[in-house]
Amino acid sequence: MRWLGHPAVKPVVFVLWLLPAAWLVWAAFNDRLGANPAEALIRSLGDWSLRALVLVLLVTPLRVGMGWPQLARLRRMLGLFVFFYASLHWLAYAWFDMGFVWRDIVADVPKRPFILVGTLGWLLLLVLAATSFNRAIRWLGAARWQALHRSVYAVAALAVLHFFWMRAGKQDFAEVAVYAAILGGLLGWRLWRWLKRPMRNGAVGMVSARDR
Amino acid sequence: LPSVRSTVAGAQAPDKLTSYEHASTYNNFYEFGTDKSDPAAYAKTLKPRPWTVSVEGLVNKPRTFGIDDLMKLSPMEERVYRLRCVEGWSMVIPWVGFSLAELIRQVEPQGSAKYVEFVTLADRNTMPGVTSNVLLWPYVEGLRMDEARHPLTLLAFGMYGEVLPNQNGAPVRLVVPWKYGFKSGKSLVKIRFVEKEPKTAWNIAAPQEYGFYSNVNPDVPHPRWSQATERRIGDEGGLLAKRRKTERFNGYEAQVGSMYAGMDLKKFY
Repeated sequence: MRWLGHPAVKPVVFVLWLLPAAWLVWAAFNDRLGANPAEALIRSLGDWSLRALVLVLLVTPLRVGMGWPQLARLRRMLGLFVFFYASLHWLAYAWFDMGFVWRDIVADVPKRPFILVGTLGWLLLLVLAATSFNRAIRWLGAARWQALHRSVYAVAALAVLHFFWMRAGKQDFAEVAVYAAILGGLLGWRLWRWLKRPMRNGAVGMVSARDR
Repeated sequence: LPSVRSTVAGAQAPDKLTSYEHASTYNNFYEFGTDKSDPAAYAKTLKPRPWTVSVEGLVNKPRTFGIDDLMKLSPMEERVYRLRCVEGWSMVIPWVGFSLAELIRQVEPQGSAKYVEFVTLADRNTMPGVTSNVLLWPYVEGLRMDEARHPLTLLAFGMYGEVLPNQNGAPVRLVVPWKYGFKSGKSLVKIRFVEKEPKTAWNIAAPQEYGFYSNVNPDVPHPRWSQATERRIGDEGGLLAKRRKTERFNGYEAQVGSMYAGMDLKKFY
């Protein structure tokens, strides 16, 4: 897996991750989103947010488990793509479903708690994106920064709950179960590693502090 | 499917028709899957012929109709109805069929018959969705006797001048235009006259969300979303089209409102 360290990998991944958004914009303007384009767009953006979340949470297990250290330098960009798709997802809801009528949005959210849950997840992502640059790490200090950025695990939980609740009306949980299993596995792997961490000289969580 | 223009009051909605393309590719028909595109993709396996509809229960003349005999029961009429889905979208569809009342008259319901139960096909061999436990199969719906006898309540065999495509409920379905779409069962196999309010599929699945009546009502929100507005499929502007205001009884209040006089529609949602 030496090629993972190639300088072209990062720009290629960047372009690849822009493709779904580019396709959706093209499809929206060319009437290719089917009978209910607003719904199709909002849901696709939600799907891609989840996929981006799965991918960024895969980085550490692959890096550690497979021994691919080169993946580390992709992590910030992949994390920002989660924020990118989640932002488009929320924006598409506010615009195409609610017409940017804030009074309606405020009335809609308590009726649809799954939107509140999704919004909460997005706000957390906003905080993480806003503190994603190097100077923020220095300001906060590595330990505090890392503690803060562990809240991506909460984002994963909120995202699954959001998706579950959205589908609850249709009692259609097959797809939800797939994402829940994958994200659960990725978080479970971290929990397992944390429980197995060596406890020497009272240095609690040395390993987990280094390899998030 | 030849037909004459219906003269029943309210049967010619002035709205612009939804395209056949949208009406036949954006469907809820869970027997073929829960995705809107599933019915169009998988309903090819449904065999609309031979087909029988058994009419039974509290009637003097119970009878099993072959589909061709059923179609000859009364002259076919074309009716343009608005269709409002409980999910918040709507279409305008030209159906072909005749009032269910014509069939009801033939079988002579007894005085004790207060409700009509509609049972739809649940065939594991041809319907991939029936193996999932999304709903209790077969899909059952029901109407109060006066609702079933209302001239707007349509037994439909076609749409857009043609026989129903499988994904829209071939060979025969119900269309109740003032109620949310799920009240209108597709691919009917049994019509039963009963004394007690039937246990309907969605009411069993989520009683606090889907009541027996399920009349379109902008003032009674679904527990998880507002019903005040709807997205008309195919509206100009596509993505940017504004949602429309939903009307009481889907705009059929003049025709059907009297049936619910004095009823608390928030309680009987």
